[in-house]
Amino acid sequence: MGKTLAEKIWDDHIVRSAQGEPDLLYIDLQLVHEVTSAQAFDGLRLAGRKVRRPDLTIATEDHNTPTIDILKPIADPVSRLQIETLRNNAKEFGIRIHSLGDADQGVVHVVGPQLGITQPGMTIVCGDSHTSTHGAFGAIAFGIGTSEVEHVLATQTLPSSRPKMMAINVEGKLKTGVTAKDIILAIIAQIGTGGGQGYIIEYRGSAIRDLSMEGRMTVCNMSIEAGARAGLIAPDQKTFDYIKGKPHAPEDFPVAQSYWETLFSDSDSKFDLEITLNADVLEPFVTWGTNPGQGLPLNGSVPNPADIKDSEERGAAERALEYMGLTAGTPLKKIAIDTVFLGSCTNGRIEDLRAAASVVEGKKIAPKLRMLVVPGSERVRQQAMKEGLDKVFLDFGAEWRNAGCSMCLGMNPDQLAVGERAASTSNRNFEGRQGKGGRTHLVSPLVAAATAIRGTLSSPADL
Amino acid sequence: MEKFISHTGTGVPLRRSNVDTDQIIPAVYLKRVTRSGFEDGLFAAWRNDPEFVLNQVQYKSGTVLVAGPEFGTGSSREHAVWALQNYGFKVVISSRFADIFRGNSLKGGLLTVILPQAAVEAIWLAIEADPTTEIKVDLDSRTVSYNGVSVAFELDDYTRWRLMEGLDDIGLTLKQTDSIDAFEAKRASYKPKTLPIRI
Repeated sequence: MGKTLAEKIWDDHIVRSAQGEPDLLYIDLQLVHEVTSAQAFDGLRLAGRKVRRPDLTIATEDHNTPTIDILKPIADPVSRLQIETLRNNAKEFGIRIHSLGDADQGVVHVVGPQLGITQPGMTIVCGDSHTSTHGAFGAIAFGIGTSEVEHVLATQTLPSSRPKMMAINVEGKLKTGVTAKDIILAIIAQIGTGGGQGYIIEYRGSAIRDLSMEGRMTVCNMSIEAGARAGLIAPDQKTFDYIKGKPHAPEDFPVAQSYWETLFSDSDSKFDLEITLNADVLEPFVTWGTNPGQGLPLNGSVPNPADIKDSEERGAAERALEYMGLTAGTPLKKIAIDTVFLGSCTNGRIEDLRAAASVVEGKKIAPKLRMLVVPGSERVRQQAMKEGLDKVFLDFGAEWRNAGCSMCLGMNPDQLAVGERAASTSNRNFEGRQGKGGRTHLVSPLVAAATAIRGTLSSPADL
Repeated sequence: MEKFISHTGTGVPLRRSNVDTDQIIPAVYLKRVTRSGFEDGLFAAWRNDPEFVLNQVQYKSGTVLVAGPEFGTGSSREHAVWALQNYGFKVVISSRFADIFRGNSLKGGLLTVILPQAAVEAIWLAIEADPTTEIKVDLDSRTVSYNGVSVAFELDDYTRWRLMEGLDDIGLTLKQTDSIDAFEAKRASYKPKTLPIRI
């Protein structure tokens, strides 16, 4: 029997396999950031251990960094200590780091691909659940906790139990105005936040193949919101073209590419579960609740919990409506928004900024609405400025910030106030995610831009 | 890591599903560089509500958290495990845990026990009827017992052994250094390296 794409990569990385034990997997790359690494480095120091492969490790600062005045000392002393701790650890253990102000600083999952160190067939980990982003290149990439960060630093391996295999086939052609974000929000709404638990998801089908690398990253990024630690897409010519010319592209490109071309699911491979989604009928999708599975097409209305049969789900919907301050039956397009956030590892790449800029160009922001544009990395910021996108956003009335995770997780000062409502291109609409008491609707960059113009949840078609 | 063989304590019924890691500990509490002190941030958004279960005096000394399905979805922050442990929890019971949270908990010695939802409901009722109900979670026999009821749970042999012996995972892997060396010797040369830096 043939193998799936994920099985091929998995098997290629088994250092040791023993009956009744998890496989010991070799890790090709570990990405490190300030929030989930300090205790791991401490553990190494306590045990007198070294980093086995500094040359397969890279660090940047993103989660807890300011997006304004980045070269001034960080005002919050606890945040400052966390950043300084990462810098000191990188120095002590000989790890490459891209700090604030550096051209390659940015959200860790934007930085890896733009450097060309994210490549097909790799195993990639990071102390961040959105590591699944890198699966867009045909890699097994997943988030790990701090104990595992320490484990990989010390051994370059990770004991891992083989996951089950799921295929999600997205067939057909997306309508104008419907994007990768809408595909993944629709998938999560269909299979639920736990639907992918225990699986690696392979996204397949014509609508996936038609996506750009940026779009594929958006889809794989939110695999974790469907419960799957990893999601991936078979590499193709688009993947190879994206990597070519990047700083860390293989020097012997043809040899690497001939291996990458073997990375697909064999026609006789077997998935434990297959799901199909029709791209032809997809509409722009938004969330109305407090988990990413609580989403609907933008043309819909806030659901009535009484209509939900499952008692757990009904209870969750009731609590969500209360937290979100919404009334059942309200058309989603009537929901007024206070803040629009454009950015994050989900939608902070250059293509996302271009898409939003094309909608807001020459327009004015809705009265009293604020819009934060936070490029995913310093390189994305510079590219956007080269294209004049910063001016488009500033003329529109948006704020143009420095790179980082920013309001996606509300760890730095970029936060929502109590009761404030956001349309956000990020990945989580959990209670308080973007600031205590803040309310989040997850949207695509196009919907974010149209919403910033109209002041209520909208798509470009409504303009 | 401390050995985990068996734990007996009282329960705390958390009747909510999809308790994500931002509820367990919000991002603003993740700034510390130590492994302790995270109990302040545990369920921070709910702690001001006098009705919240942790604020009810009868559950103050509970060490077994009994939660709704999809517990721990979201981020990979191990701080979520540390916050629960720092607060005093030894065990979390739920019908479904998110993968990363579950992995983190079992690495860190917080036992996460998966029981069918019906069994979780029965434990909720028992605790609510009598908050002093003792719950025994035994790794040796892989059972949860209370009020004469005993429910079996599954946990793979390897993880169980590691927890019962209190073994350091890294130490175990370092015994395989020869296998790692051998694997590295045959790794393809085109695999990317972060050093030396290329621009």
